[in-house]
Amino acid sequence: MNHLVIAPLLLPLLAGVALILLRGSAAPVRQALSGAATLAMVGAALALLFRVSNGEVLVYQLGNWPAPFGIVLVADRLAAVMVLITALLAANVALVTVRGADHAGRYFQVLFQLQLFGLNGAFLTGDLFNLFVFFEVLLIASYGLLLHGGGRDRTRAGLHYVALNLIGSTLFLFAVGTLYGLLGTLNMADLAQRLAELAPADLGLVRAAGLLLFVVFALKAALAPLHLWLPGAYGHTSAPVAAMFAIMTKVGAYAILRVYSLMFGPDSGPAAGLIDPWLLPLALLTVAIGTFGVLASQRLAQQAAYLVMASAGTLLTAFGLGDGAAVAAGLYYLAHTTFAAAALFLLANILGKARGAVHDRLVAGPELPHGQLLAGAYLLIALAVSGLPPLSGFVGKWLILQSSLGSTWMPWVLGVLLVTGLLGVVALARSGSRLFFEIDPAASAGAAPRLGDLAAPLLLVLIGIAMVVYAGPLYEFSQAAAQQLVHPDAYLNAVLQAGGRVMTR
Amino acid sequence: MEALISIVVGVLTACGVYLSLRGRTFPVVLGLTLLSYAVNLFLFVMGRLTTGAPPIIRDGATEYADPLPQALVLTAIVISFGMTAFVVILALRARAELGNDHVDGEESPR
Repeated sequence: MNHLVIAPLLLPLLAGVALILLRGSAAPVRQALSGAATLAMVGAALALLFRVSNGEVLVYQLGNWPAPFGIVLVADRLAAVMVLITALLAANVALVTVRGADHAGRYFQVLFQLQLFGLNGAFLTGDLFNLFVFFEVLLIASYGLLLHGGGRDRTRAGLHYVALNLIGSTLFLFAVGTLYGLLGTLNMADLAQRLAELAPADLGLVRAAGLLLFVVFALKAALAPLHLWLPGAYGHTSAPVAAMFAIMTKVGAYAILRVYSLMFGPDSGPAAGLIDPWLLPLALLTVAIGTFGVLASQRLAQQAAYLVMASAGTLLTAFGLGDGAAVAAGLYYLAHTTFAAAALFLLANILGKARGAVHDRLVAGPELPHGQLLAGAYLLIALAVSGLPPLSGFVGKWLILQSSLGSTWMPWVLGVLLVTGLLGVVALARSGSRLFFEIDPAASAGAAPRLGDLAAPLLLVLIGIAMVVYAGPLYEFSQAAAQQLVHPDAYLNAVLQAGGRVMTR
Repeated sequence: MEALISIVVGVLTACGVYLSLRGRTFPVVLGLTLLSYAVNLFLFVMGRLTTGAPPIIRDGATEYADPLPQALVLTAIVISFGMTAFVVILALRARAELGNDHVDGEESPR
């Protein structure tokens, strides 16, 4: 067995446990440990990605129990690239937290590492109940991170977020229980195989369970009409946490992609195409509602939160189109939007501190120290977020639009994405002119921004620029990953043969 | 027996949904708890109802109870227990910081 598969899980878990034991030690010790673990995770994720880039699907049987009786971790191209995106994002967020953003509490780094453990677990697991457990791990860490620092708005948003996610967990368990009761297995590859031989009498129950799962994943991915928790939760939490949460809606999108390509994909027998009538229209609705929120926002962090929602809608539009080219475009866009949204959250915090009492509210404020530098950073990040050339957002959106050309939904996809794209540009340009050009002489500026704080958002932009320079190879990789999803035979073979069984589908 | 368990799960779920839609944090916490009770019971009976059947292989046994749902429900109980403790603390903190126990932090205008 290849122990590389479990390395992205063990690193943050062990670091998190060590950080609990070291809670009395000096802050630099904890920050160094957390930073080193995050950097090691980037290394492990890169190694894993190179290992699976030839198309091999690595299966890791926990406790050496053969699948489907034991729990397996599965690393294919998609899982490896999601782990790498998480690791790169985490490294940049760690750069912010070690510069003092974690001073509000001594458990910040613990929660941060456990959040990474939950995220990587959700991406790598091959078992449906295990997916639930990792969702809970990442959620409970996110509850702690979200509330970190306290405050009225944060507590209120946190209460909504926690209650909604607890209901989501309950629905997840109902769906998992129904699937187990009907099919007698929880291994996703085994479930896929048994769904193909489903008795017609059970079809209704399986469809109900599949749609319940869709509700749960849609809640995580902030798909309309289950998006209402997102603007409050993301808009009111602290900047590094909001930046880290840029990957959280992508966990929902990943779960939709994984479960529905594997278990309810086009070749999966009687229950095939279960969510096809729902996903694409709801995703387009999400983009539209998110863009209205962007236009109506009063604060930059809130605007960034609505931009996350609109980008989640764009991503699910690509996944909803469903063919290989669209999924590949979606994967490229997923990486781009995670980094761009995180950069915007981090910059909003820097601007908010520099603007003193008006914080990041979109009203006339004081003249900023280093105003030109901050405005330049804002311009770069706004270009990336809104999908204008020459940055990665443009390439991602262009690929999605191109992949929709052959679909019957083409007019809707083109219309919604282009109009909302224009509105997004208008909103970000208006925010920029409010923040940098409208000067209120009476307002006093806050502390001068430390230029080192700009390192993390600019590094994230740099990753975006690298994604444009290497767009060709990256898109080829996305296509290969999408092919593995659209034709999941390699995944099914790898998991079931590791358990000594022969695939019959 | 199956009918009785189904009714219990249904009643628990209905009460849980009703309570979690209320406007105060205490009924919402109770509702979330009832929902987790309902789903734990539901997971448990997904292994089918058996009486006196061993869950592991034993000589001479002809009928077995499914051990997996018992393991699953144990995990689910632990998780929901921890989450309930967390949401109770969060509700108390919201009461302290917001000055009332409404889920939106302010009394709705009547």
